[in-house]
Amino acid sequence: MRSLFERFAIALLVAGLFAAHATAARAGAYEDALPKLTLDSFSDTADAIDAIAGSGNPLAPPLLQALKDQRLLFSAEAKQVLIKSADGKLTDAATGQPFTAAPPSDLDNVRLNNRLRNLTDAALGSLTLMAGDAGKRYGAAQSVFKSRDASAAAALDKAIAAEKDAGVKKAMLEAKAALILTDAGAAAADKVAAIAVIRDRGDQDSLALLQSLPADAPKDVIAAAADARAKIERNLALWNTVQNFWYGLSLGSVLLLAAIGLAITFGVMGVINMAHGEMVMLGAYVTYVVQDLIRARYPGLFDYSLAIALPLAFLFSALVGIIIERSVIRFLYGRPLETLLATWGISLVLQQAVRAAFGPTNKEVGNPSWMSGAFDLGGILITYNRLWIIVFTAIVFVALLAMLRFTRLGLEMRAVTQNRSMAAAVGIRTARIDALTFGLGSGIAGIAGVALSQIDNVSPNLGQGYIIDSFMVVVFGGVGNLWGTLVGALTLGIANKFLEPFAGAVLGKIAILVFIILFIQKRPRGMFALKGRAIEA
Amino acid sequence: MMTSHPLIRMLDRGATLFLVLLAAFAIAIPVLNLLVPASSSLHVSTYLVALLGKYICYGLLALSIDLIWGYVGILSLGHGAFFALGGYAMGMYLMRQIGTRGVYADPILPDFMVFLNWKELPFFWYGFQHFGYAMFMVLFVPGALAFVFGWFAFRSRVTGVYLSIITQAMTYALLLGFFRNNFGFGGNNGLTDFKDILGFNVQAEATRNALLVISCIALAICFLICRAIVTSKFGKVLVAIRDAEARTRFMGYRVESYKLFVFTVSACMAGVAGALYVPQVGIINPSEFAPGNSIEAVIWVAVGGRGTLIGAVLGAFVVNYAKTFFTTGLLAPYWLFVLGGLFIGTTLFLPRGIVGTWTHWRAGVKEKSEAARSAAAEDGMLPTAGAPATQPSAAE
Repeated sequence: MRSLFERFAIALLVAGLFAAHATAARAGAYEDALPKLTLDSFSDTADAIDAIAGSGNPLAPPLLQALKDQRLLFSAEAKQVLIKSADGKLTDAATGQPFTAAPPSDLDNVRLNNRLRNLTDAALGSLTLMAGDAGKRYGAAQSVFKSRDASAAAALDKAIAAEKDAGVKKAMLEAKAALILTDAGAAAADKVAAIAVIRDRGDQDSLALLQSLPADAPKDVIAAAADARAKIERNLALWNTVQNFWYGLSLGSVLLLAAIGLAITFGVMGVINMAHGEMVMLGAYVTYVVQDLIRARYPGLFDYSLAIALPLAFLFSALVGIIIERSVIRFLYGRPLETLLATWGISLVLQQAVRAAFGPTNKEVGNPSWMSGAFDLGGILITYNRLWIIVFTAIVFVALLAMLRFTRLGLEMRAVTQNRSMAAAVGIRTARIDALTFGLGSGIAGIAGVALSQIDNVSPNLGQGYIIDSFMVVVFGGVGNLWGTLVGALTLGIANKFLEPFAGAVLGKIAILVFIILFIQKRPRGMFALKGRAIEA
Repeated sequence: MMTSHPLIRMLDRGATLFLVLLAAFAIAIPVLNLLVPASSSLHVSTYLVALLGKYICYGLLALSIDLIWGYVGILSLGHGAFFALGGYAMGMYLMRQIGTRGVYADPILPDFMVFLNWKELPFFWYGFQHFGYAMFMVLFVPGALAFVFGWFAFRSRVTGVYLSIITQAMTYALLLGFFRNNFGFGGNNGLTDFKDILGFNVQAEATRNALLVISCIALAICFLICRAIVTSKFGKVLVAIRDAEARTRFMGYRVESYKLFVFTVSACMAGVAGALYVPQVGIINPSEFAPGNSIEAVIWVAVGGRGTLIGAVLGAFVVNYAKTFFTTGLLAPYWLFVLGGLFIGTTLFLPRGIVGTWTHWRAGVKEKSEAARSAAAEDGMLPTAGAPATQPSAAE
């Protein structure tokens, strides 16, 4: 019943468009159609919409838009059609000039029903198919693809013929294929060709379109559709994997950023710093303060706020770290369990201090323009802030490796780690190196805070959320080895994201924790343990 | 020295004093609450009874931590998990006792299950209507978890901070799990709205006093068990493991078996503490699993003095009294500063804790005076018997 009605509508439309096309040459199609709008009959209005859409008159788009928005008025007596703008001014639809005379007394809205509303949308869509802006044309093609509105077929053909832009043309051809597939009257060969086009598009919408094929379609069409669907599903599964991988990489880079400072203090120095998360938190608050100052004084510099905050966060957190090392931790070397408790106490004090100074609520830290937004890469959406954090993490990691490998400080740090008394004997001031190493680890936590302020809530509890995960990364990766931390962070991040779809976020996390607990049984010193001969490391 | 009767060794002067004080406390508080009229200045309010009962449970938790940290050098940052598991076992019994008095009046299902539209009781809730079974689970669940966890951990020689970190991960994983509704333990809200225990109203004054007395008895029994362990030959091996694990192993002791036994006993004690805690507080929810709680319990032991047993209980009382004092007044924002300061100050300036420092000082004074008098008095009395022989620094 419905399809019969649709067919009738299509036939009517095609006829209408044809008629409109034929009369366009007379240049009066638009004017001829206008009176039909004053008849207050749905079928006449439908004719008028077709005629107007096909007229090519520049006045047509605003008129159709007004019709859609219920701003098109008519007077049956005066045979007048008026467009009311949003602010209530009247325009004569026939001339496009402001209507200055007294409005006729019987002004009324041109009434629409659902069918007419769809017709108007389609007409508007086909008008935008010819728009000057390529983006608009692309959008129109996409909307035709989604709506599969047969009434746009003719306009689409015209647009395809005229289209120059390859990307837009592809979208239009896809839309056309969608129309052919939904058109019950189309030839089987055409449909198979259309399926090929849809298959190459290969997204969720294409899958839905192929699934909606009627069961009574010709055999080869059904076969082609099934084949295409399998291909698309495989393709989508692939992209899904890529997306999980990407999310995992993103999570892994965040973990790495949080854990890398810990890898220095815990891994290199053997100090359990439970206040590490609070160093991250301090870095995030430095970002907040910098942005606050910039907003108040130099709003133009906002895009550079992170670049300004980075060194400040590093210095501030490093300074706090050095103070902690000099005042508390140095008295506790060789007593790791006491260090753990004392640094936990420090973390409580730091949290409460920040809470007292800034309040317990989340602070607003903005994204600079170059960090907001996203782009499509194949089948996945990539947000700029995640991308930048991955890039940033990579830079920090490489810089840290290089520092440990090539600078004098790095050399001395490694010497103290490997053999403290021998290092002292050759003249390295180990106490100074301890302080600097701890400062370096804390400073890196601070710049991690700058990055994390972009994707997480800046609150006094920020660090608490990362501390257990960071320890897991360092312990899993192996103590005293930055590469281990890298592999550990990425493995955990990616494993987490691959577990999430079928285990859920929380269960996935529990599974990871249980896995690490079991893993530590197998390799108590992590994946990349430093080899040594000591009975007790 | 080793020839004295085990009972005498177990009950040295400090331990006897502690037990006498505990008994006096267990008698005095109910008397002052129930028999002394409310108008009297000696009257103890029911609120205070519940509060003190809570402290006793914390004291028991601290005792269980001291047994493994003070004597074997295992710093567990996950003992709150055993405490909470014991609490959940008790909470499940109390939930089943509500019966038709719940909001939805379902005779079998607790309210939260009806609310979640569950049709039948999950299998792990079976049997919890029986008090005996619930009490068995109070001991069994934490004990079994500790046994399995410890078996894996000690066998592969995970020690020191690594063990601390994975115990913390364990309680964190449980925290995440218990927050989930589909785990079947009431999710975020936990178990609450208890009505009665063994037929007595949980809210009644008499029940509260009885729970306080039972908590004191449990604390005394566990204290005696701990004393029996640490004063025996077995206890000497434990201290040896704490101070030089590798050497003890080389002497032929199966270090992991010793550790596993004590770890499991300790977890059971923590479970009992949790089970007694729940009816007195009236609620058990996943926040008890929070890693912060476990670390806080460790600082009670550190403040009181690790390796002294009495100190652990004392530390739990002192720190929790301070917490109540601070968090109920205008000083609330400063509590975390105080707690943080306690962590830092204790480790830096009072590594032996209150009791440890005192016995150390007493021993020093005694030694001096004895040397001065060069008296030939018998030196059978060992004032430092409970104190750590050396600063337990070789824990790793």
